[in-house]
Amino acid sequence: MIWSKPSSSSRWHADRWLEPSLGLLAMGAALILLLVLAFLLHEAWPLLSEGDLLHLFTDGGWYPLEGHFGLLPMLWATLAAALGAVLLAGPLGLASAIFQQFYAPSALARLYRTVLALLAGIPSVVYGLWGLTVLVPLIARWQPPGASLFAAILILALMILPTIALTSASALAAVPKAWLQGAAALGLTRKGVIMGVAIPAARSGILGGILLASARALGETMAVLMVAGNVVQNPTGLFEPVRVLTANIALEMAYATGTHRAGLFASGLLLTLLVLALAWMAARITRSAHPV
Amino acid sequence: MHTLSDRAFTLSIWGAAALGAAAFLWLLGDLAWHGMAHLSWSFLVSEPLNAGRSGGIAPILVSTLLILAVALAAAIPLGLGAAIWLAEYTRRSGALGRSIRLSLDVLAGIPSIVFGLFGNAFFCVFLGLGFSILSGGLTLACMILPIFIRTSEAGLSAVSDDWRHNAAALGMTRASVLWHVLLPAAAPAVICGLMLGIGRATAETAALIFTSGYVDRMPESLSDSGRALAVHIYDLSMNVTGGDSAAYASALVLIVLIVFINTGALALSDRWLTRRITAT
Repeated sequence: MIWSKPSSSSRWHADRWLEPSLGLLAMGAALILLLVLAFLLHEAWPLLSEGDLLHLFTDGGWYPLEGHFGLLPMLWATLAAALGAVLLAGPLGLASAIFQQFYAPSALARLYRTVLALLAGIPSVVYGLWGLTVLVPLIARWQPPGASLFAAILILALMILPTIALTSASALAAVPKAWLQGAAALGLTRKGVIMGVAIPAARSGILGGILLASARALGETMAVLMVAGNVVQNPTGLFEPVRVLTANIALEMAYATGTHRAGLFASGLLLTLLVLALAWMAARITRSAHPV
Repeated sequence: MHTLSDRAFTLSIWGAAALGAAAFLWLLGDLAWHGMAHLSWSFLVSEPLNAGRSGGIAPILVSTLLILAVALAAAIPLGLGAAIWLAEYTRRSGALGRSIRLSLDVLAGIPSIVFGLFGNAFFCVFLGLGFSILSGGLTLACMILPIFIRTSEAGLSAVSDDWRHNAAALGMTRASVLWHVLLPAAAPAVICGLMLGIGRATAETAALIFTSGYVDRMPESLSDSGRALAVHIYDLSMNVTGGDSAAYASALVLIVLIVFINTGALALSDRWLTRRITAT
């Protein structure tokens, strides 16, 4: 222990109340999570208490005013959009990371990194604005109506690309130089070194980053809301308009009352569980990451 | 040893990097082009007219800054206190400290629209604050608290124990050590966490629609509803036909604001890192 026991003289007075009050603040901060979960449950309760939870998945569609709360079409749309975005942004992001780690001259790599960091900070509503005014009309000329699952996938992919590129790059940077030099000394080409040594060694860091990015894609609201068309239906084709869970909440909260409002909170709860499961997996994978 | 497949690999890596760069140049170019066309000094200082199609964004800028101020006023004391407690008064392996850190990490992963639901149910309805700048700011405070606490905690933990030993040997109380030694030493990290939080809060839309609301008049008090800049962009592009050019100009203002904040955070964390290296 560094600290001796405080004496009873008055100059120690501040120390006596300092620890408990700071502890109280820390508990307060931790309590927010409980508060969030409690209020989600409380508001969703009118619907959850009505009967089995399965209704949320077995009801054919989302007709909240008639008491049908089938979340499945929107759940599928959410998953399809996030999956599509990750399939697109994953390889591209990894390639960008390899580029800045192994191929780009150092000045270019630094510039590329700065640009990626700035792009990661651009608000989602701005991506949405651009998607709505530039991308959707372009797609509409080719495959009307334009606002579709495809537009949502493209915008989401663009949004999560910086995250994947930055996390993969730092995972690749953590691979010991000696391994790379050893592989090169064995006569492997640059491609061989990257594919055979660097990527396998950085595997868990890269995967963790991709999972985090998928969590972000699942929880994203504004950008998808603005480009996806927002028709509640099962995603049957790339160019069909769809509505995702987050967009549904944003669109209907303004006028929802009663069980309708409860349905929105229930979908928020479902979304939270999905995202937290992904984040948990990402944390587990990254924790087992350390090469060496 | 340049085989054909090796050359194809090199080509595809450069191609992917160029593709990403091109997409972003396209986006940024569009934003700058359309935004600059509508942006002017009078746009920044006048009231929106005709649902935002013409006029400016003055009340929206004021609301945005007020929401931010409320969020910071709530998050800074709570977050700093929690960070100090976690860094200075708990052991790394302690059960209570661990569970608090875990709950903060979980909180950081919750989607922003869910914070919007929570803010609406708790601040607007349960606490009776209604659609107001206060509700929106407090909701954002909950959102940025985890990243602020964890960054500040890391900064405090990185201060060398020698400093604590020396201060204790001089007979300083823990309160004055905190105030005169530890907090100044960790200040860059604290400010960096704060900037990250501000950046996230400024960009936020989904959590604000149902907490601070849509009203685009000049707010008269914190219990008035006020429209944030990001909400304004959303409303202009989705609900107002012909609002696109004003939306682009607002987006440009928002991005300049955020880039400014992010660059500040980056520079500060760099300075902090070099200082750590020279100090040990």
